[in-house]
Amino acid sequence: MSGDHHTDATIARRVRRLETLLEEKGLITGERLDEAIDAFLAESSPANGARVVARAWTDDAYRARLLADGTAAVQELGYMDGSYQRLRVVENTESVHNVIVCTLCSCYPLRLLGPSPSWYKSEAYRSRVVREPREVLREFGLSLPASVDITVWDSSAETRYMVLPRRPDGTEALDEEGLAGLVTRNALIGTAAV
Amino acid sequence: MTDAATDRFPPGTRVRTYRHDPPHHTRLPRYARGKRGVVVEPEGPGELADVSARGRGDAPVEQIYAVRFEARDLWGEGDHHVVLDLWESYLEEDSDDER
Repeated sequence: MSGDHHTDATIARRVRRLETLLEEKGLITGERLDEAIDAFLAESSPANGARVVARAWTDDAYRARLLADGTAAVQELGYMDGSYQRLRVVENTESVHNVIVCTLCSCYPLRLLGPSPSWYKSEAYRSRVVREPREVLREFGLSLPASVDITVWDSSAETRYMVLPRRPDGTEALDEEGLAGLVTRNALIGTAAV
Repeated sequence: MTDAATDRFPPGTRVRTYRHDPPHHTRLPRYARGKRGVVVEPEGPGELADVSARGRGDAPVEQIYAVRFEARDLWGEGDHHVVLDLWESYLEEDSDDER
């Protein structure tokens, strides 16, 4: 997908130019910028989303709160503090599978999932998953029976989405930490099951 | 999350998205223009991105709605659903007479 590389390169050039300008005008130093980015990324990891999922799997009252008001529920666990964005958590069941995309750009719940994978930003994923999600998920190695309804959530405004995957069978003996270890980034996007 | 009495489209309302192709930034993707869907829920108010993205400080604040579309209404085929978050001015009520 050369088109994507081209877009990435263009954006990277713009970002570099903007950084240079900010430094030249004395508005920010390179070190301060690096510190800010490091601090932001240190708090952003799919381990956060995994911990939220593990809590929801082990605590029904928490799960209900998470599905009713995702932002407030993840803030209970110390995530998304002070964020202006709204989080909506969508639950996979026996009959419904959810998958997340941003067809217009690459909106993504970064604080809970860490930096997004490059395929999430690719034109191929963004244009195809809204049109033929069953086929796209199959290419990710996730074959869903025809009886499962797929809902694709296109993050076109201020709400960010995260998938609550189904808890796998045979995990009754695992504690919250053990369960969190099973949850992958792709499961939180909906391109994998746990 | 919002005052339901002020929401123009309560959950379950059948809506249609606008058809026109604005010359500026918009958050109504092309694939969902002029399409019929059903309101899932209000998402809360937000500045209209079509205006704020042009660097203007006077963007109106509108209710944003999660709207659910059937794949066959978007693409003419498919058995899945797509949910989009759409500003109120992208939507009009879909009256039965127009069908």
